Amino acid sequence: MGAPVMEQKRKERIDRGIKVRSETLYALSSWEEIGYLITPRVLFIAAFLLMPILLSPWPYWSRVGLSMCILALLAISFDFLANYVGLVCLGGAFFYGVGGYTSALLNTQLGLPPMLAIPIATLIGAFLCTAMLAPCLPLRGIYFAIVTLMYPLLMTRLIEAMDILGGTEGFRGIEGFSSPWTEQYGLIFGLFFFLFGLRRLVNEDQGLVIRAVKDNDQSVRASGISVTWTKTKAVFLASLPGCFAGAYYIHMYSNVGISAFALDLSIMPIAATVIGGGGTLIGPVIGAALLVPLSEALRDFGSLRIVVYALVLTGFVVFRSEGIMNVVSRKYQQFERWVKV
Amino acid sequence: MSTHRTHEPILEVRGLSKHFGGVKAVDNVSLTVNQGDVVGIIGPNGSGKTTLINCITGFLKPTHGEVAFRGKKITGMKPHKIADMGINRTFQIMRPYFSLPAYKNLVIPLSSPRAKRIGGWRGGGLHGDRDTVAVDILEELGFERDSRVPYKLAGTLPTGYLKRLELGRCLALRPELIICDEVFSGLSASEISSLVPLIEKLNAQGITIIMIEHRLAELFRVANRVMALSSGEKITEGAPDEVINHPKVREAYLGVEEAL
Ligand SMILES: Nc1ncnc2c1ncn2[C@@H]1O[C@H](COP(=O)(O)OP(=O)(O)O)[C@@H](O)[C@H]1O
Ligand SMILES: [Mg+2]
Repeated sequence: MGAPVMEQKRKERIDRGIKVRSETLYALSSWEEIGYLITPRVLFIAAFLLMPILLSPWPYWSRVGLSMCILALLAISFDFLANYVGLVCLGGAFFYGVGGYTSALLNTQLGLPPMLAIPIATLIGAFLCTAMLAPCLPLRGIYFAIVTLMYPLLMTRLIEAMDILGGTEGFRGIEGFSSPWTEQYGLIFGLFFFLFGLRRLVNEDQGLVIRAVKDNDQSVRASGISVTWTKTKAVFLASLPGCFAGAYYIHMYSNVGISAFALDLSIMPIAATVIGGGGTLIGPVIGAALLVPLSEALRDFGSLRIVVYALVLTGFVVFRSEGIMNVVSRKYQQFERWVKV
Repeated sequence: MSTHRTHEPILEVRGLSKHFGGVKAVDNVSLTVNQGDVVGIIGPNGSGKTTLINCITGFLKPTHGEVAFRGKKITGMKPHKIADMGINRTFQIMRPYFSLPAYKNLVIPLSSPRAKRIGGWRGGGLHGDRDTVAVDILEELGFERDSRVPYKLAGTLPTGYLKRLELGRCLALRPELIICDEVFSGLSASEISSLVPLIEKLNAQGITIIMIEHRLAELFRVANRVMALSSGEKITEGAPDEVINHPKVREAYLGVEEAL
């Protein structure tokens, strides 16, 4: 019979030679390999360092750049908890708000300048967040997610109902930064600190223990390691960038209010992580770098803004669910070819 | 090989029961394991062997009874506390860290408080280079270093390696008592015959071992005492040849008619 024989093909992925070579000590012996390894990193760092200079003629876009860094910090916090610890936290705004209010108190009540108030608020905030989230740590999956979603909402209601922490008014007249350059580079270096610090940590032995909890918590227990304590430490680490973002932001705008616990601040970081690529820590930063300018550009659409926004997100989830970073790094490290089956 | 055996009890299980609703998975089981023993636990599927191990290691709370390790009551303690004391178990259904390379699976126990305190396998938890020690352990367990097996992702390894990875996780902690839940099942005959000498060697180093096994020939080569369970109850306990000839064991476990 003359039925055509269908040729079946399958995509095959092979590591590029240069990727394999640069994994070994050999990498240090040639400029090509060194270049292969460091070019993406250099480009990434340079882009951030040049941003304030390049955007300086447009103050509005400089602000957008700062918002992007703030979102990136929150997204790193989400990505770390979700993809390295296995805790899906829907309450990123909680870290942000606690950091923000703590720094506001340190500045308005104790008179600490921003450059002192921010790091102290980051630490105190992370302790407070960890202590308050500790009772939820035995919860798994969707239960942890839902409870954490409640935390920022609960804070808003508490502040309103009990009229504490400035009530619905919040705090005003918080001290700002001495110059726009300090403001911008302070935030960029803060972002670098948390991004590269966490990237490093997840590959160290203690970071592996944290990742092991996500993979198989029973085995971690069988190895004589407390899962709850490991999760507690991980939540503290994830609280740090979140609290830092909140603390930084309130000094940029000189006020803090219950909007610091707004739902957007919990949801946007998740969108940035999905678009940029979870489980990479860099991906969320890239996601934030796309989302924030996009959402600014969409202001012209008026009320259709959310619709366009949702379409972009849905598109990503459906067509590129692994996220930009994972796709790009695969293309960088591997080539693909079609082979007959 | 019995020079290191003593009559000092290391583990005492007294009247232990575990009920799941109406099911008596373990029913009033008592067992004393002496320092240096290799104790085999046999019994048909569903006879409560794994449940007994889970109760000893703190992964389940017994309904009745208690467990003591070196005279100290450990019932009710958290599993990681019990593991920290040196009672280390494997899981019948393997629980590797799939997303980590095989050797990094052992860096986890080497980073545990126990390994940091007492050193773990050959002191590997104390000095910095846990990666090297982890690969050494895997090599001892038959992961071919030359074909880079220790560096492969655990998720890509076949059952035989994963079973041995379970054992590796125990060894990394420098255990005092290892409890193996069917490490031989799923392994080829040659893999088993390479593991048996390792078990003998560990025992000769003074490590007490409890082994749940269906492979009786290999079990009886290493075990000096065997307990048989059936439907959660202890049928008998004693030297391997006594147990295997016990009529109830032949009936319940081997399914052999007495007439045969
Ligand atoms: N978590 C559980 N919930 C309910 N029943 C269980 C549970 N674990 C085990 N069982 C029951 O307990 C009995 C003993 O099981 P198990 O200890 O796994 O046996 P073995 O390891 O000897 O094959 C079986 O009847 C099993 O169905
Ligand atoms: Mg079993």
